[in-house]
Amino acid sequence: MLEIKNLHVKLADEDKVILKGLDLVVPKGEVHAIMGPNGSGKSTLAYVLAGREDYEVIDGDILWNGESILEMEPDERAAKGVFLAFQYPMEIPGVAGLTFLRTAANAVRKKRGEAELSTPDFMKLVKAKAAALNIDFEMLKRPVNVGFSGGEKKRSEILQMAMLEPSLCVLDETDSGLDIDALKVVSDGVNALRGPDRAMLVITHYQRLLNHIVPDKVHVLAHGRIQRTGGKELALELEKSGYAEYAGKAA
Amino acid sequence: MPAVQETIEQVRKIDVDQYKYGFETNIETVKAPKGLNEDIVRYISERKSEPEWMLAWRLDAYRRWRAMTEPTWAKVHYPKIDFEDLYYYAAPKSSEGPKSLDEVDPAILEMYEKLGVPLKEREILAGVKSDKPKVAVDAVIDSVSVVTTFKDELRKAGVIFCSISEALREHPDLVKKYLGSVVPQSDNFYAALNSAVFSDGSFVYVPEGVRCPMELSTYFRINERETGQFERTLIIADKGAYVSYLEGCTAPMRDENQLHAAVVELIALDDAEIKYSTVQNWYPGDKNGKGGIYNFVTKRGDCRGRDSKISWTQVETGSAITWKYPSCILRGDNSRGEFYSIAVSNGYQQVDSGTKMIHLGRNTSSRIISKGIAAGHSQNTYRGLVSAHRKATGARNFTNCDSLLIGDKCGAHTVPYIEAKNQTAHFEHEATTSKISDDMLFYCMQRGLSQEEAVALVVNGFVRDVLQQLPMEFLAETQKLIGISLEGSVG
Repeated sequence: MLEIKNLHVKLADEDKVILKGLDLVVPKGEVHAIMGPNGSGKSTLAYVLAGREDYEVIDGDILWNGESILEMEPDERAAKGVFLAFQYPMEIPGVAGLTFLRTAANAVRKKRGEAELSTPDFMKLVKAKAAALNIDFEMLKRPVNVGFSGGEKKRSEILQMAMLEPSLCVLDETDSGLDIDALKVVSDGVNALRGPDRAMLVITHYQRLLNHIVPDKVHVLAHGRIQRTGGKELALELEKSGYAEYAGKAA
Repeated sequence: MPAVQETIEQVRKIDVDQYKYGFETNIETVKAPKGLNEDIVRYISERKSEPEWMLAWRLDAYRRWRAMTEPTWAKVHYPKIDFEDLYYYAAPKSSEGPKSLDEVDPAILEMYEKLGVPLKEREILAGVKSDKPKVAVDAVIDSVSVVTTFKDELRKAGVIFCSISEALREHPDLVKKYLGSVVPQSDNFYAALNSAVFSDGSFVYVPEGVRCPMELSTYFRINERETGQFERTLIIADKGAYVSYLEGCTAPMRDENQLHAAVVELIALDDAEIKYSTVQNWYPGDKNGKGGIYNFVTKRGDCRGRDSKISWTQVETGSAITWKYPSCILRGDNSRGEFYSIAVSNGYQQVDSGTKMIHLGRNTSSRIISKGIAAGHSQNTYRGLVSAHRKATGARNFTNCDSLLIGDKCGAHTVPYIEAKNQTAHFEHEATTSKISDDMLFYCMQRGLSQEEAVALVVNGFVRDVLQQLPMEFLAETQKLIGISLEGSVG
């Protein structure tokens, strides 16, 4: 279970406070969506969960399975099962996708005290998971994200997620830059990972993603706090009314 | 491995013993006094029972060296070297090495551990002196079969591969014909010094039409350990011959000699090809920049024949100071020169390295791919010359120099010289400088890589084009080495 308690976060280099007392609980087995206007702190929340250094937690706590993760390095969090699908995945020139997947999978396995994957086992696994995501195997021989289309980048993110088998998946604007077909493939990939031992946090602007990834709960984030929580129908309501209701409301 | 003991026994019986004695005796017993004068040069030549012409050649070099001054144009800074305070003959390490691994710098041992160097090999690399017969140790490393089958196969193919001292005794005409023909005695200060006092090195001759049946690498790994500070290498590929040669070792080597001034000459005749790879990982000094090897090397290849090709590949991670410009003289028509380089500097290392591509013949081509990675407080300079002489019609060059900075206290510099005296020359130069971004590291770490693993992964991606040029067997080791060399460079 993910528990975020009274989280206050500012930029490390500036005084600007972005999250101002955010509370959120996502139990295992559930998918929660975070929606909100631009600049409400959605991406900040994603980065802070993953442990990015550019942000400073000034108050509150983040517990994953009852344990605070605030002091952990990003790789330790990854080993604990935290996975962030990036809105803008980084390009790594010269590093083939397969190399990256294998290095990451084995790094996580090692930290979890599991045996590393042998080459045949790894290849079998990648081939199966890539096929399910409609990823051409040839794409995995190219350097990570270099020259990828928006759709390829997002599918590659979901493939990484499938390979690392995280228990907390944070998807940051995974629908951005996707056409309808790609959206369907990516969503199917995410849905395939839904399960009783996995919590998911889906961050998005738009309701359309939630037609494919149907959430158990929807939270509206604005002014650094959760303003409202509801069922999946809340997303539909927001789609009609927009975020205007929250725009003027101070935290 | 159960076969090991048997192997050791086998080795004892066969010709590796000759290697042992041939190599060890003279350095264990003699040491010339400090300083350099004509008597020392004569002494060296005499100890090695060299022919008269060789002594005259050395003395000539010595006199020229006396008249020269140290070059200062490189972007490296170091206290002035007192050349009268050095030993020029016999390795002091033969008597003064540590008695066991317990006496060796723990940092070095830790590195062996990470590289996965076998225990026995670690002792040799660290210069540990033990009473156990050395031959057995060598056998454990590379196994007897390698050494003996190597020798047999090479002999069958007609390839001459021996120490340069041996070549002077057994094949004096070949040595006389080619020695100094690419790097003349007075070429530069360090080459002149090397010509006067070189201790030993390797000699390779591949006869006409012969493709050397194996990489001259594994064997060399055994030999390399005892080569001194003034190493001299001469490789000749006769018409239509091919040879691939690898020097060096990924594991760091302990060495008492601070100054190294090697000379390597390559000669490729018509249709011949030489591929020369280096992995250099000498002691870079401690984390405060104290100590470390000064490496002043002159390496040059002469594409003497038409359609010949010389390719240099280097991975430089060690030494406090690296001054090194493996070059190609493209004399023969349609000849081709290549230079692939990875230079990693960390701590207080200073690297000034690059290449020269001298286009003399018609339709010659060259390619330069240089990847410099600077971390810590290090300075990493690429210095290169591409020139086309008046008759070099149709000369072509492509140069790509990329620098990667890690941290904000290091420097990367690119100093390309381009001279085209022929209108038809076509030269291209590309250069980039980039930093390992926090975004990239964060992305990798989010996927479970530690910071050091992330740096190693990104850097290995950065140098991939060059890594692909290395002999397969060294690829994995070298990738690991690059990662280890950059440990502690971030955060």
